[in-house]
Amino acid sequence: MQRAIANTLRGVSFYGAVAFFVVLTAFPFYWMVITSFKTNADLYDISNIPFWFNEAPTLEHFRYLFEQTMFARWLLNSLIIGVCVVAITLVTALPAGYSLARMTGRSGEALGIGIFLTYLVPPTLLFLPLSRIVADLGLQNSMWSLVLVYPTFTIPFCTWLLMGFFKAMPVEIEEAAIVDGCSLFGAFIKMVIPLSMPAILTAVIFTFTLTLQEFVYALTFISSTAQKPITLGVATDLVRGDVFFWGEIMAGALIASVPVAIAYNLFLDRFISGITGGAVK
Amino acid sequence: MAVIAEPVAGKRASRFQFILDRRDVLGAIFVSPAFLYVLLLVGVPFLLAVYYSVSAYTIYDPSWRFVGLANFRQIVQNPVFIETLENTFLFTFASQFLGLVLGKFGAFLLLKPFPGRKIVRALIILPWAVPIALAAVAWQWMFDSLYSVINWTLVALNIIDRSQAPNWLGNPHLAMLCVIVVNAWRFFPFAIVIFLAGITSVPQDVIDAATVDGAGFWRRNYQIILPMILPIVAIGLIFGIVFTFTDLSVVYLLTNGGPVGATSVLAFEGFQVGIVSGDVSHGAAISLFMLPVLFLVVIAMLRFIRRREI
Repeated sequence: MQRAIANTLRGVSFYGAVAFFVVLTAFPFYWMVITSFKTNADLYDISNIPFWFNEAPTLEHFRYLFEQTMFARWLLNSLIIGVCVVAITLVTALPAGYSLARMTGRSGEALGIGIFLTYLVPPTLLFLPLSRIVADLGLQNSMWSLVLVYPTFTIPFCTWLLMGFFKAMPVEIEEAAIVDGCSLFGAFIKMVIPLSMPAILTAVIFTFTLTLQEFVYALTFISSTAQKPITLGVATDLVRGDVFFWGEIMAGALIASVPVAIAYNLFLDRFISGITGGAVK
Repeated sequence: MAVIAEPVAGKRASRFQFILDRRDVLGAIFVSPAFLYVLLLVGVPFLLAVYYSVSAYTIYDPSWRFVGLANFRQIVQNPVFIETLENTFLFTFASQFLGLVLGKFGAFLLLKPFPGRKIVRALIILPWAVPIALAAVAWQWMFDSLYSVINWTLVALNIIDRSQAPNWLGNPHLAMLCVIVVNAWRFFPFAIVIFLAGITSVPQDVIDAATVDGAGFWRRNYQIILPMILPIVAIGLIFGIVFTFTDLSVVYLLTNGGPVGATSVLAFEGFQVGIVSGDVSHGAAISLFMLPVLFLVVIAMLRFIRRREI
């Protein structure tokens, strides 16, 4: 009997703790969802219970977002920026990661750690000179400045990530291809790349989400509404004077958050082995 | 050896092939695009930032006049800057500490399988996955001076009265608490994931052996598991400290440094001075104050990892 009570107590406290964590992490997003579907009359009435709909839910905020603001344009901008950055990153980081993984001896290791360290150089240290460079190239106030600058953190990140994967790939695969008449370069193109498709996909997904998450460079380089990526547009462009359009802001934030959240959850394990694997093994 | 295996088309082609087949040459060619990109757009700007900080460069007067350490001297003499520096340390270490505690506790909960664990994990990852700028805006709405859902709940539970409801982002101390909590909230899922990755990498037989030898729960946790996962935790902590210490977005979006500079941090101050006011050289000098701390953290962690490995 006593054991049964102790077990129940343990179960209750365990699930209580889990519930605490879930509420802590998920409530702001629940709040996003609720806010974006509520009518304004419902939102701005303190006597209403805020946790649920007191009036029928509405799509008014989403309609406003797509019809009265540049939201669709921001989505498109983010998509273009993301695709271009992914392309630049793959072309540079894929060979670099491979080469660093196969380099033996101290120099390869030092170069790998060096690339990792550049990932830690913060945007808030570089944004002043970079805004000058961007201006000199005539890219100020244009989303192409972000296409130029974002690879400065996605290349180190993906090189590090891919290096870890290539290290785990047996070198015998390439040697077999070379024995069969491939050149070393041919072995890389025909054997290594097709075999590392899962790793490349992971790199693509994380490069894309990193470009969506970035805020500092976008804030620094871009001020005209039509050129903003989605994160910056939602966070800074839906405030008119002192008035916050909370329904619209939350609706925009929701649309931009969902794909990133899904991608992270699908690729989380690979991400973790990527950032820790290269360092600890 | 591939040269022998392959039919040779001509002299030029064969020489080209020969170069591409040497591992060291191909390796260098493979690394160079990434290396050059990083050198030109991280290395060069970094040196430029250092030069800005010792020159009299503003967007109105783009001269490169060398002024030595005058910028730094002016900055350090400004009491507002000292407050900013203190804020930055408080912001970083309080939020990292809170994040680590929550992370350790959360990892402990998620370690053993239970029904619904996958869904719980997916929900707990959210704050780290979703762009922080968007989450910060959601928090700003939750801290709203009039429609704050937190205040509504506190009033409904009769903990406070509507007339004395706190203005979260308007009170200097509460505003600091808010940015710390939001930042810890954003980082602790990452800490959970790091702890989990570490704990699952500890071989079960080590834990079993310790149990057989009579190690209890706490001893197993703090004398066996914790030392073994320290390298991974160190990596996580590098990321956490560096990205918090240099962060701008949470403060910018939640409080805009206010009220009256109470939540201003180094990165925010550098942005305000260098970009908003256009005083590039002072802005660069302020940002460079982040460097010694970053350096120390990274070096300490790298040495620590090395020593563990051997």
